[in-house]
Amino acid sequence: MPLSRFVAVATLALVSPWAAAQATDVNLARNLAATCANCHGTNGNVQGKDVKGLAGVPAANIIALMSAYKAGSIPNTTIMHQIAKGYTDDQIKLIAAYFAAQKPASR
Amino acid sequence: MNMHTISRRRLLAAGSALTGLSLAGCATTDSGPSIGRVVVVGGGFGGATAARYLKMWGGNVDVTMVDRNPQFVSCPISNLVLGGYKQISEVTVGYEGLKAMGVKVVQGEVTAIDTAGKRVRLADGTQLPYDRLVVSPGVDFMNEAIAGLATPAAQAKFLHSWKAGPQTVALRQQLTAMRDGGVVAISIPKAPYRCPPGPYERACMVAAYLKEHKPRSKVLVLDGNGEIVSKKGLFEKAFADRYKGILEYRANAELKEVDAGNGVAKLEFEDVKADVINVIPPQRAGDIARSAGLINQNNRWVGVNWLTMESTAVAGIHVLGDSTMSAPLMPKSGHMANQHAKVAAAAIVNLLKGEAVNATPVVMNTCYSFVSKTEVVHVASVHQYNAQQKQFLTVPGSGGVSAAASEVEGRNALSWANNIWSDMLSKA
Repeated sequence: MPLSRFVAVATLALVSPWAAAQATDVNLARNLAATCANCHGTNGNVQGKDVKGLAGVPAANIIALMSAYKAGSIPNTTIMHQIAKGYTDDQIKLIAAYFAAQKPASR
Repeated sequence: MNMHTISRRRLLAAGSALTGLSLAGCATTDSGPSIGRVVVVGGGFGGATAARYLKMWGGNVDVTMVDRNPQFVSCPISNLVLGGYKQISEVTVGYEGLKAMGVKVVQGEVTAIDTAGKRVRLADGTQLPYDRLVVSPGVDFMNEAIAGLATPAAQAKFLHSWKAGPQTVALRQQLTAMRDGGVVAISIPKAPYRCPPGPYERACMVAAYLKEHKPRSKVLVLDGNGEIVSKKGLFEKAFADRYKGILEYRANAELKEVDAGNGVAKLEFEDVKADVINVIPPQRAGDIARSAGLINQNNRWVGVNWLTMESTAVAGIHVLGDSTMSAPLMPKSGHMANQHAKVAAAAIVNLLKGEAVNATPVVMNTCYSFVSKTEVVHVASVHQYNAQQKQFLTVPGSGGVSAAASEVEGRNALSWANNIWSDMLSKA
């Protein structure tokens, strides 16, 4: 399936009832994104070059990639296909928006 | 050569100026009266992460962290020290970053928690009052479960090396001092214990060292469990393909007794004589959790409310990591303790401010294990909070293990270590 389709599906998720119900917790996106920090760095500022940094990456790119991981359409992946399946599309949307808004640390 | 130093100084100077500006800009959140005092007992994966995220997320919250050790020494990656592939200094990180963030770091021994008076007492007489307390003590050992292991002499001979630090270095010395042709026995307790794949990674690292340097020697894995507890197929393959003839694995080989005088490990039906015997004893929540009356599950672990990590035994005390009664399929790992800490930090800030806590927390785990000097296998899981069961449950279809050991995952494992150490200890 093309990535644009995943982006469209994830965008629809924005207006789902679940997302509306969660919108009251202003820290939910921050809390969800913090689960990624062990590998991708605090607030997406990764240490080293072996793993992707996420700070400042456009939300659509993160959503498309996570959707593709979920769908199993990324070859030669080691772990992200297993992790992506643990998050709902709504959660991925929140996480992507949070990282997109983070400033990459200058290094 | 001084270019780095100079540019770094300039960066630091610029950073200080920016900090001044940003502090002024954030006056409404970062200055003014403290929103509360939090004491953190334990500076490991759980405690250090909690201290750091309380500062990051809490605005003006007073955070004091107490640990008996002057520096953090990581259990993950420390098995490489046993193999001779890393030095202990490479798995050691100081607390300077936390201090720079305003965490008061105290080196000391917590002797008592006055839960009624909300004070932590240290061995030197210091008393630390708290509004909320974080207890992240890791595990302590049930040496009494193995006959002959209660004496200091036996514990000095049969090292656990299951808390990274001097014991790691001492076990490495036992391995390097051993004759070629010797036997190393590793005793694994029945689950649950800290770091489910850790003993099997250790067996691989010891076997890798022996294969290279003392090829007539053997590793005998005495597993108290009926089968390999974690990443079973991957470890079986590593044992068979890489360490055939060097590593022998025995299931249902629970250690009952040790004989320090003769260097003998006694199983139910057999005595095993070995040159080096690494005894990983059964474990329970750390001593301070027990003396504070926090242990309320199976006489070993601390029950928690997973929305806040608050103890179900004593209000106002948040317990993290290995000490907790794990949710189903939730490992006792440094990674998981770090994730617990973020749930707790968010909830503590909410509670201090009188806000509702996150009703839908998520935690996830990744454990990498080295099966050779460079090749690694993983296990991963994602745990969503289930409101009906008041429990974290793994998401069906998510998580899993490596397809095969690889050097790519070897690099990812070291990257993971650097990132999680930074996520708990570096100045944000």
